[in-house]
Amino acid sequence: MIDRFIIGGHEFNSRFILGSGKFSLEMTKKVLENSGAEMATIAVRRADSGSSDNIINYIPKGITLLPNTSGARTAEEALKIAMLARELGCGNFVKVEVIRDTKYLLPDNYETIKATELLAKQGFIVMPYMYPDLGAARALVNAGASAIMPLGAPIGSNKGLVTKDFISMIIEEIDLPVIVDAGIGRPSQACEAMEMGCAAVMANTAIATAGDPATMASAFKAAIEAGRMAYLSGLGRVLKDRAEASSPLTGFLED
Amino acid sequence: MLLNGKEMHIDCEKSLSELLTDCGYQINTIAVLKNGEVVSKKEIYTLNVTDNDTIEVVSFVGGG
Repeated sequence: MIDRFIIGGHEFNSRFILGSGKFSLEMTKKVLENSGAEMATIAVRRADSGSSDNIINYIPKGITLLPNTSGARTAEEALKIAMLARELGCGNFVKVEVIRDTKYLLPDNYETIKATELLAKQGFIVMPYMYPDLGAARALVNAGASAIMPLGAPIGSNKGLVTKDFISMIIEEIDLPVIVDAGIGRPSQACEAMEMGCAAVMANTAIATAGDPATMASAFKAAIEAGRMAYLSGLGRVLKDRAEASSPLTGFLED
Repeated sequence: MLLNGKEMHIDCEKSLSELLTDCGYQINTIAVLKNGEVVSKKEIYTLNVTDNDTIEVVSFVGGG
C-alpha cells in the first residue's frame, strides 16, 4: 500500500512543515531546500512601504503557503487575518493560531474551535494549532478542521514532546492527520513524533537556533523520514521487567 | 486619517490605489483593511479614502 500524506484533498511528499520565522530571507530559501518541506508557514503583519523585498520571493514555487493567524486573540481576529491572507494570494490553507497568554504562548482552544468553524465555512482548509486536549480535538473535527496540530511544548522552547501522552491519545482517537507543532527541539524528537504515528511535524526554532541551520534542516528531513518508516514497520516490543538474549543460548564453548 | 497607526492628512477624497502608490506600496504585495473591513483586490482600485478613514496595510512576513 502506498504511504500517502493528504490534507484537505492536497497530497504532499514531505511530512515536514517548516515555520519560516527567525530566518533571514536568504536562509529561509536554503532551509526550505534542505528540509524538503513542501509547506511553509508565513505571518501577516503591517507592511513597510520602504521595503523592496518580500518573503514570497524566497519561497520556491510549488511550496504550499500556510499563513498563520498569529496576532489573533479571538476567533473574529483570526478570521480577519485569514481573509487578509487570502487577499494576499496564498491559496486556501490557513493555520489557526489564537493566543491570549503572552508568557507561555499557549493557544486558546475555545477561540480556536470557534475560529475553525468560521474559517471552514468560508472555504479554508483549516489546520488549527491547539493545546493537546482530546475533547478539544474532537470539537475541532466537528468544526471542520482538516488536521489537528497539538503542541509538544511551548513555542520556541525546544523542550520536545512534553505533552507526548496527550498527543498519543489524539493520534489514537482522531481520524484526521495529527501534526505536532511547537516545542520540537531536535531531530530525534521529530523522529519520535513520527514513530508515535504523527502524520507530520512542524518546526522552526529548532532549526533557527541550531549551530548550522542549513545542516539542521537536512537532519530534520532525515529524522522525519526515518520516523515514518519506523512507524510503518511497526516498532519492536518492549520488555518491561526482564531481558531476552540476543545470541543463542546453546552451543557455548566448554572449558 | 490613520495609516498603519500613523496620522496623516489628505486634502480631499482620493482613490485608495493612488494613496497606496503615493505612500510607496507595491499593490500586488499588500492587502488592506479600511475601517476594520477587509478590502478585496478589486476594491483597492475602486474605493476612495477620506481624511476620516483608518487604513491598515499588511503583507506576508516570515513567521510561525
